[in-house]
Amino acid sequence: MTHPKAQRVFLVDGARTPFLKARQGPGPFTPVDLAVQAGRPLLARQNFDRAAFDLVILGCVNVIADEMNPARVAALRLGLGEQTVAFTVQINCGSGMQSIDTAYRYIREGSHQMILAGGAEALSHAPLMLRQSAVEWFGRMNAAKGPMDMARAMTGLRPEFFKPVIGLERGLTDPITELNMGQTAEVLAHRFGIDRAMADTYAMESHHRLAAAQKGGRLFDEVMPVFDRDGTVYDHDDGVRPDSDMESLSKLNPVFEKPHGKVTAGNSSQITDGASWVIVASERAVEAHGLTPLAEITDSEWAALDPSIMGLGPVLSATPIAQRHGLELNDIDLWELNEAFAAQVLSCIAAWNDEDFCRNVLGYDAAFGRIDRDRLNVDGGAISLGHPVGTSGNRIVLHLANAMKARGAKRGIATECIGGGLGGAMMLEAVT
Amino acid sequence: MTGHVLKYLGESKLELGAAEERKGNWRTGRDQEGILWLALDKADSSTNTISGDVLRELERHVSAAEEDLPHAVVIRSAKPGGFAAGADITGFAKMSDEGAAELLTQGHAVLDRLEKLTCPTICVVHGAALGAGFELALACDIRIAVPSASFAFPEVQLGLHPGLGGTFRLPALIDSTEAMTMMLSGKTAHTNRAKTLGIVDEIVEERHVAAAVRAFAKTGIERAEPGLKTRALGLEQARTLLARQMRNRTEERAPADHYPAPHALIELWEEHGTDRRTMQRGEIRSFANLLKTPSSKNLRRVFFLRQKLKDTARGDDDIAHVHVIGAGTMGAEIAAMAAIRGKRVSLSDLDTTALGRAIKQAAKLCEDKHLTNAETRDALDRLMPDPNGYGISRADLVIEAAPERIEVKEKTYAELKAQMKEGAILASNTSSLSIDDLSAHAPDKTRFAGLHFFNPVAKIPLVEVVVGSDTDTQTADRLAAFCGAIGKLPAQVGDYPGFVVNRILTPYLMEAMVLMDEGVPKEVIDSAALRFGMPMGPVTLADQVGLDIGLHVAESLRDRLDKPMAEITDMLQARVEQGDLGRKTGRGFYDWSDGTPHPDSEEHGPADLTDRLILPMLNAAVEVLGQGVAKDADQIDAAMIFATGWAPFRGGPLQYARTRGTRDVSDRLRALAKAHGPRFEPDEGWQGFN
Repeated sequence: MTHPKAQRVFLVDGARTPFLKARQGPGPFTPVDLAVQAGRPLLARQNFDRAAFDLVILGCVNVIADEMNPARVAALRLGLGEQTVAFTVQINCGSGMQSIDTAYRYIREGSHQMILAGGAEALSHAPLMLRQSAVEWFGRMNAAKGPMDMARAMTGLRPEFFKPVIGLERGLTDPITELNMGQTAEVLAHRFGIDRAMADTYAMESHHRLAAAQKGGRLFDEVMPVFDRDGTVYDHDDGVRPDSDMESLSKLNPVFEKPHGKVTAGNSSQITDGASWVIVASERAVEAHGLTPLAEITDSEWAALDPSIMGLGPVLSATPIAQRHGLELNDIDLWELNEAFAAQVLSCIAAWNDEDFCRNVLGYDAAFGRIDRDRLNVDGGAISLGHPVGTSGNRIVLHLANAMKARGAKRGIATECIGGGLGGAMMLEAVT
Repeated sequence: MTGHVLKYLGESKLELGAAEERKGNWRTGRDQEGILWLALDKADSSTNTISGDVLRELERHVSAAEEDLPHAVVIRSAKPGGFAAGADITGFAKMSDEGAAELLTQGHAVLDRLEKLTCPTICVVHGAALGAGFELALACDIRIAVPSASFAFPEVQLGLHPGLGGTFRLPALIDSTEAMTMMLSGKTAHTNRAKTLGIVDEIVEERHVAAAVRAFAKTGIERAEPGLKTRALGLEQARTLLARQMRNRTEERAPADHYPAPHALIELWEEHGTDRRTMQRGEIRSFANLLKTPSSKNLRRVFFLRQKLKDTARGDDDIAHVHVIGAGTMGAEIAAMAAIRGKRVSLSDLDTTALGRAIKQAAKLCEDKHLTNAETRDALDRLMPDPNGYGISRADLVIEAAPERIEVKEKTYAELKAQMKEGAILASNTSSLSIDDLSAHAPDKTRFAGLHFFNPVAKIPLVEVVVGSDTDTQTADRLAAFCGAIGKLPAQVGDYPGFVVNRILTPYLMEAMVLMDEGVPKEVIDSAALRFGMPMGPVTLADQVGLDIGLHVAESLRDRLDKPMAEITDMLQARVEQGDLGRKTGRGFYDWSDGTPHPDSEEHGPADLTDRLILPMLNAAVEVLGQGVAKDADQIDAAMIFATGWAPFRGGPLQYARTRGTRDVSDRLRALAKAHGPRFEPDEGWQGFN
């Protein structure tokens, strides 16, 4: 059987909620609430009907019990109709990009025409869990038949049962190497000679760039305000610190490996809630509806490496794309490289500029080069915006498309590191 | 969501058991277990009512059951819409005194015999069981409710009380204070509440009705002995005490000289308490008497007026998406109501904080309406705050609820031209501007009209659909159907200053201002109006509506109509300038910071006080009728009653004029004109009005 000719795939439009820093306790929105609030205006501003979508895919890591298969719940709440299939994907931090990639591949092979692909995360709702010992005790209580039985089970009660396990802590620790994410950044900082000052400088720039983008209205079409039932309006990414400076950053203590570490809360991504969607469509659908896409998706790649150095995921996944298309450093106009940690971003930059590394690991003859800071995360990133784990992959692709359009860029790559030792990358090109 | 699979499987059908053979209004049959199924399926109607025929036929079935006792009897409705909507009140209007008592006695006899059948009698209720329908259910031993079931005695809203045994059967079944409250208020008890109260014995899904019926047929039901409270209320002294409390509470909302029915009910219960036989005789007598009261006749007419308006709201509005411009008090509530009723709504405003407030308000409305979590979630999902106006190009109806300034509206309409869908309707919520003037700037004159809501939108059922000279019939009909879809009553009226309601109401409000200028205290003015039967005095009402709105409307009437009117007082202008606009700012003429004011003055003020307030409304009503703004006198009365609560027991302004005597009214107006000014001159329409 011959394969059908590969279809061209376009990123038509997208929108996201403001990213909201997790503060005291659960925020006002669940993952699906966020997905609905981002999706509603996005769908309303299209010139075609909801029925045009063949499929909905949503990335989400912390799925909550009330919203099993959040893709389907969100699709139904968005009025996409009972006959639209919807599923949820999870590849840790890469989930929001995985949804786009899956959409890209389905459309490329011709089985679908228009897919809504997104990411949603409400880390503030990450559960407090009972310790295993407490769970077992509750089980015995439940099974108790009669007062004598119950009294016997009661005597097993221990005070430690009431100390919850913080789900988020466990989620951000790799089970194979038993390093938490911040520790993997320390490993890279050591290996690539990233010092505290460099990391802090990078972090400060992230905040300044986001603040400038907000002030300059560059996020107007991307960020849709969200509204809670108390009447509060959230209309901007609220983790931003426009006045971030080296002095205040330098006062922070290392948070993952005290007292000598270089990674602090100030130069790491923030714990955040947020959702994002993009509309992915075939050339046929673009023509049929008379659409003006933001960009064309021209390639994607996933890579795997040791979990203890997961931060190098971008290097491992973006490079094969560049190599396949014969691209040199300067052929790529814009980069969105997820800012999990400043030290991790800078390690990737250093690795690409390291001749030894490029020869031995990437198969190049020479160093790939040093990515120009003015092409990298031009409007800020996860350090200032926050990193809602299942959403970030989606946001960086969406923002790359918007930034390329605003700057008249021809080609861009969005890429991220993924907890567990993976990397994802996607290339966009301006529509000809 | 009705996709093709669900459509094929069909709606869950009603379990009618063996009730196959149709005879008249009932379908009957005995099943293999010997259970007699009686399903009420009133001929020529989609709703069941308990008419004389229905009761006569039931009598025959009860006779047959007495002769050949079935294992059990099941009574239910075969209409998907609900159980039964009560007695056939068209019949009442035609009845004579004796005729009514006779019919009631016969009805009681049938229900008594049904009650006495020695086999279990099981009533299955889905949807509403109202009035006589509820009484039919009460005559059975056992009541099974399907979720959606509700029970109510709305007779008091028709100036009556239950007449087929409800007054003794309900207090015998449930707590008598709860029973009396239900009958005095006309409030509905929904499924779960009905179960808690004890009206319902079991709640089952339709798919389990047959099994539930079989189970009850086998076991019957044990009812607990009457509790201490019920036995205590068997004593006259206990009842007298409680009756006094009920009387006082009822007097506040429904004074005895305006609304005799609830008081008659209290008296009935106080006197006969738990003596069923005398209570039954008393109930029949009291009901027959109440039928004759002018209050009941007028209230029954109001019911018909409501049905008439509802009939004009039928049909498909073809409106799936509504966009509302302006998230002020009105716009926000209109958007919320439409979303709660299933429309997809987008709401825009220049100020996102206003949008935030609108969502908060909508969430509160869902709570007030006792929506479940899922219903609230769905309603709020349908209500999209839309600062960028994305919803405009998707909307089938755009409702403009922007500030009352023509330049603002013109600018808004100009921007809409490029965005609105082909065939979409633009409607303005304006109260004081001319629809024809505004239509000049609308994207499509034929699809432009006024859609005038009243504040508070969630509570007031009436909406004026203002038809301009260019508005086409399809647009007017779609707007009326839209009102029906969102649970409102549409009154199609012409484009006239103040349309119908404000034209009639404004003289009431403005005269009150003039009286205050003359030194009459506002509490005295308002109390006089309350004594007449208005639900709110004019000064309180002016504060409630908003003094700025009232002023706008008054100015608009003065500028556009060539008629003498009450001067707009300096006091009113001053308040508006100061920003004391009434309820919405916490202070107007009254202080609203502690809630709604309840003026209660013993003083009667000047002798002609009440006529000075009320007669200008009659005068304006006749003017509106003569100018052809409204369809007919009935529509005017309906609009005033449903928009302002105009003394319903008097039937509305024009009905009151007829009752009082049109000659008497015009003479009185002339006398008032002599004493106080030309604004009281009777309109020329009085000559032709009767």
